[in-house]
Amino acid sequence: MIPEQPPATTPRRFGFGDQEGARSALIASVSTLVFVLVAGLLIVNSPSWPKVRQQFFSREDFVASWPDVLGGFWVNVQLFFWAMVTIPVVALVVAIMRSLRGPGFFPFRALAVIYTDLFRGVPLFLLIVLLGFGVPTLQIAGLPRSATFWALVALTLSYSAYTAEIYRSGIDAVPESQRASARALGLTQTQALRYAILPQAVRNVVPALMNTVVSLQKDVALVSVVGIREAVREAEIYTSRTFNYTSYVVATVLFLAVSVPLTRLVDWYTARDRTLRSQALT
Amino acid sequence: MTVGPNGPKLMLEGVHKAFGPKRVLNGLDLHVDDHEVVCLIGPSGCGKSTILRCIDLLDTIDAGTIRLDGEPIAVGGRPTGGVVANEVRRRIAIVFQSFNLFPHMNVLQNVTLGPRRAHGVGKDQAEEQARELLDRFGLADKALEFPNRMSGGQNQRAAIVRALMTKPELLLLDEVTSALDPELVGEVLGVIRELSDQGLTMVLATHEMGFARDVASRVAFLNEGRVLEVAPPAQLFGDPTEERTKQFLRRVSEAGRL
Repeated sequence: MIPEQPPATTPRRFGFGDQEGARSALIASVSTLVFVLVAGLLIVNSPSWPKVRQQFFSREDFVASWPDVLGGFWVNVQLFFWAMVTIPVVALVVAIMRSLRGPGFFPFRALAVIYTDLFRGVPLFLLIVLLGFGVPTLQIAGLPRSATFWALVALTLSYSAYTAEIYRSGIDAVPESQRASARALGLTQTQALRYAILPQAVRNVVPALMNTVVSLQKDVALVSVVGIREAVREAEIYTSRTFNYTSYVVATVLFLAVSVPLTRLVDWYTARDRTLRSQALT
Repeated sequence: MTVGPNGPKLMLEGVHKAFGPKRVLNGLDLHVDDHEVVCLIGPSGCGKSTILRCIDLLDTIDAGTIRLDGEPIAVGGRPTGGVVANEVRRRIAIVFQSFNLFPHMNVLQNVTLGPRRAHGVGKDQAEEQARELLDRFGLADKALEFPNRMSGGQNQRAAIVRALMTKPELLLLDEVTSALDPELVGEVLGVIRELSDQGLTMVLATHEMGFARDVASRVAFLNEGRVLEVAPPAQLFGDPTEERTKQFLRRVSEAGRL
């Protein structure tokens, strides 16, 4: 019953066919080279380029600011890591609350809707400011005073609202017949969700979730606004001391070093997922 | 046909069901005795599938009563409580037209999910029972296969095994051969015939008139949400009393399906 697999072909990663591969690659290389040369010459020959180079691309300042900015970047990585732990959990709880059926669960559904509306509606920047500066000022006994903690809370609240919607779209995409089928076996609503619906829902949305991860990795830089000494904040400190902006370039390089591989990974995974799914259909 | 102390196994009285403005069941009466196989036939949209979904409490009814062993399990206008519904669904099993196996689980995981999670059967015991049933229905080598790697007929047989795993008192079959290629229909019908020989109580919605004639204790002809006529197959197919039934059977036989 299983049809023959189509013959394996070289992956067309950059859009070149097999036959004209070499020729296309040559044209692409030449045109890229020409483009880079022209753009580079335009920039380098602009009247104020020496000044820009001194301000943004100074070798000495790169070396001098590197240790502090790198140290700050480690804070970004830690925040990113913890947010990656908290967001999927909170988001899943919200998504499940929103997809519960029956009149008895109305309060849960309402709560989930209010939550997503509220935290998707507030700019992340404002949320970080409000929580990072606001809550410690309240001086409520028992609540942590650390701005880093509240920045993490702000990231979690905002990103969970988006992620919950992604989960929910995945849950909605599972056919109703799967739920009926699970309930017909005598499973409770929770069991049907746990064993039949959620595994399929999560599989549906992995590419979308991974895009959120890439975006989160960059948005972690926003916490600098409440004075946390992460990469951007350290760059800012260096600039205010030396009036040289190279430290920001250092921070940019560090963020790119993580986000570019991450983006490639997402693309690779999404393409693989698409191939696997189309094979399953034939 | 044995009638238990509580009356028929299944009893539907005056069942009404509408989806929005569309009235699907219109005061339907039907009873099914123990060990009986009742086939529901009738034109598309006559409510065959809806009845089965209502019996398994997957849809609520608007009016009337459905009784299992004399106990009302669904009463019109009153949604059945969650606990009762789960209890009822553990006694009744349903097989769907489009199999509805879980695509992320292999056959063994599919068929043991119900016993393990809804009936609290241990993993080893459930798997042993599953292998026995899979073997009986010619799926012994498919235990670790995923649904999308199997034919429609194999999928449907696996779905029937999944339904049987919980030893249901009543099996509902909703046009289980309609989604199959013609050459795969036979293998599934063979399985159902075997179950009927063993005395399992079943309600089948079907388009396979030949099969209904062969396997049914009684055949019910449905029209516009009511049972218009119910009789043993020889009588219903040989000498129907209602004009509408004759008309339907004539059309079916003209299409070469009788």
